[in-house]
Amino acid sequence: MKVAVLGAQTTKFGELWNNSPRALLKEAVSGALEESGLKISDMDAIFVGNMLSGILGGQEHLGALVSEELGVSIPSFKIEGACASGGLAMHQAVLSIISSYYEKVLVVGIEKMTDHKPEETTSALMGAGSDEERAAGATFPSLYALIARAHMEKYGTTEEQMAAVAVKNHYHASLNGKAQFTFPITIEQVLNSPCIAAPLKLLDCSPVSDGAAAVILSAESFALRNKKQNVKPVWITASQVATDSLGLAQRESLTSLKAVVSSSQKAYQQAGIKAKDIHVAEVHDCFSIAEIIAMEDLGFYPKGQAAKNIFMQKTRLGEKLVINTSGGLKASGHPVGATGVKQVVEITHQLQGKAGKKQVKGANIGLTHNVGGSGATAVIHILRNI
Amino acid sequence: MTSGIVSYGIYIPQFRIKVDEIANTWGKKGKEISRSLGVVEKSVPNIDEDTVTIGIEAAQNALSRSGINPENLEVCFVGSESHPYAVNPTATIIGQLIGMSNNYLAADLEFACKAATAGIQATVGLIESKKIKYGLVIGADTAQSRPHDVLEYTAASGAAAYILGSDSKETIANILDFTSYSSDTPDFWRREGIRFPSHGGRFTGEPAYFTHVLGSAVKLLHKTKLKPSDFAHCIFHMPNGRFPREAAKRLGFTEEQLKPSLIVDDIGNPYSASSLLGLAAVLDIAKPNEKIFLVSYGSGAGADSFVLETTENIKKNKNKAPLYSDFLKYKNYISYTKYLRLEKKI
Repeated sequence: MKVAVLGAQTTKFGELWNNSPRALLKEAVSGALEESGLKISDMDAIFVGNMLSGILGGQEHLGALVSEELGVSIPSFKIEGACASGGLAMHQAVLSIISSYYEKVLVVGIEKMTDHKPEETTSALMGAGSDEERAAGATFPSLYALIARAHMEKYGTTEEQMAAVAVKNHYHASLNGKAQFTFPITIEQVLNSPCIAAPLKLLDCSPVSDGAAAVILSAESFALRNKKQNVKPVWITASQVATDSLGLAQRESLTSLKAVVSSSQKAYQQAGIKAKDIHVAEVHDCFSIAEIIAMEDLGFYPKGQAAKNIFMQKTRLGEKLVINTSGGLKASGHPVGATGVKQVVEITHQLQGKAGKKQVKGANIGLTHNVGGSGATAVIHILRNI
Repeated sequence: MTSGIVSYGIYIPQFRIKVDEIANTWGKKGKEISRSLGVVEKSVPNIDEDTVTIGIEAAQNALSRSGINPENLEVCFVGSESHPYAVNPTATIIGQLIGMSNNYLAADLEFACKAATAGIQATVGLIESKKIKYGLVIGADTAQSRPHDVLEYTAASGAAAYILGSDSKETIANILDFTSYSSDTPDFWRREGIRFPSHGGRFTGEPAYFTHVLGSAVKLLHKTKLKPSDFAHCIFHMPNGRFPREAAKRLGFTEEQLKPSLIVDDIGNPYSASSLLGLAAVLDIAKPNEKIFLVSYGSGAGADSFVLETTENIKKNKNKAPLYSDFLKYKNYISYTKYLRLEKKI
């Protein structure tokens, strides 16, 4: 399987109070189209990743809103899967191309969160959980705090090691002008930040953000034919999705996300590679513990080994395997529906050698890991430039 | 301009509640909240204190300090977002009780925390156009906050009254110039009939407070061709302890210029009285011929900036009424339960 990424762009992520969802959409799409050398009229369909437009914005017809705003009348779909909405939109777009139904499609992930009161946003985000979790008054920080406690109990993971995830991702974000937080932080700052849900502190948690990201995908045949456009395509060689129970209580394990393990194994198989072949990855660090567990579930480290390696800066820029060059969700920002698409944008730019100061030298194979809820949906994409 | 401040008087209720006490009630860590907001305690009105009573206290202190006959006051503007009546003016109750004549303009002003500085600008206009000789402007609030809302840690109570005039033998600080900066920015609001205000969380920061405060301040500095180093003191509206410090820093004022005005460190945010109590604290210690930079802020949103300059007269009547520091000498700490009772929440 090979699907080409011809163009990829994100808006700046952050508290974008002066930008409407429509403005964010246009900015990301225009950027991606410009990179691809194509026009919106060249697109056959639009796949929109978004979680909260209905519950927060009252807009439950987002596909048509996007096509209207872009001035086209082509098929346009909103795809939801909590924080994995962007990844799922990518997956659907890939399927539409490999089925040969469409040849060139636009994927756009978008979320506008900061216009709403924090309690409204927190409550809306709990739409990703189970009925029981909502009834119990749980929030995502509290659910990931349970996961963190379980991991600490089982593997001796420490709060300092979790803090190291945030420190690394802030460092990477300091090299990314589009990140929400472009300042570096220290382990001490993370440990001394206000407690959100013990053991998670404020600086262990990804922020509430606005932002949009877009990619232009095409069939392999079109990309090869399109060489005159001077676009260096990046190839999606695997796209896999798996699901698990919505709630934590029904899981086989609290220290591993089954959906990530199964979708990543299928993805490696589909791409014909192994975990050790990956040079750069964007993983779903909604909370610092989530990146530690992701590193283990994706097969980068044996269970219980990721935290100490992250603490020893083994996944920082300059190392063999670099994680979250964008700054991840923690520091680049987490506009939930846009995140899965932004991850593909970042890996595409890495594989095209266009990542600027955060460029991973010699990066040929990259992976994106997008998670919905506390692990109920996992989407893995593998990309390569050769 | 030839007009300025002839006198001032303030009032702050005695009761205080600590951020720790509120935080403990809600299972929060007081130290973290204090660090985040830059506030450790706030003033709380007694059960029989409201905007009218604390406004009267402040106005009487202003009258005592100057010796002006209240019958000579031709304006009474009261800026507040806690006027006791929706319909029935605070200004006439105060005017009557402090002994003003019947020949005065009375109006209640509402613009979140900057209503009173709008009143100062309007009064200066009346004085400069020689329609009146003296005007009284009061900023007073017994600020509301919903239990468990973050506002609960800062929403405080206090009043500041200013008598404005233009006689150079009387003015203790001349108002050299002012500007305003306004826009439709709904960062904080309370609809008619709704008891507690709502707010936009972090939206109250950059697009609201900082955009307007800095917008107004920069315009005035440009207009007057003055720079921060030309001022002895600066005062910025204090919704919390961090915003005024950040605003001062961004404009290039020093901590020394700002520090005497930071009443937020002692009593929290008494809304319409905040920046004007800060100005009073500065006037208490100011020497003649010092320039003062003042910026108020009101949600919704707008900021009024002023350049003032003290005169020799400031030395005369300083101690004829209680100073800001006097109100810090008498304070009684209360429990959260008593706080709920005094605020009539239970």
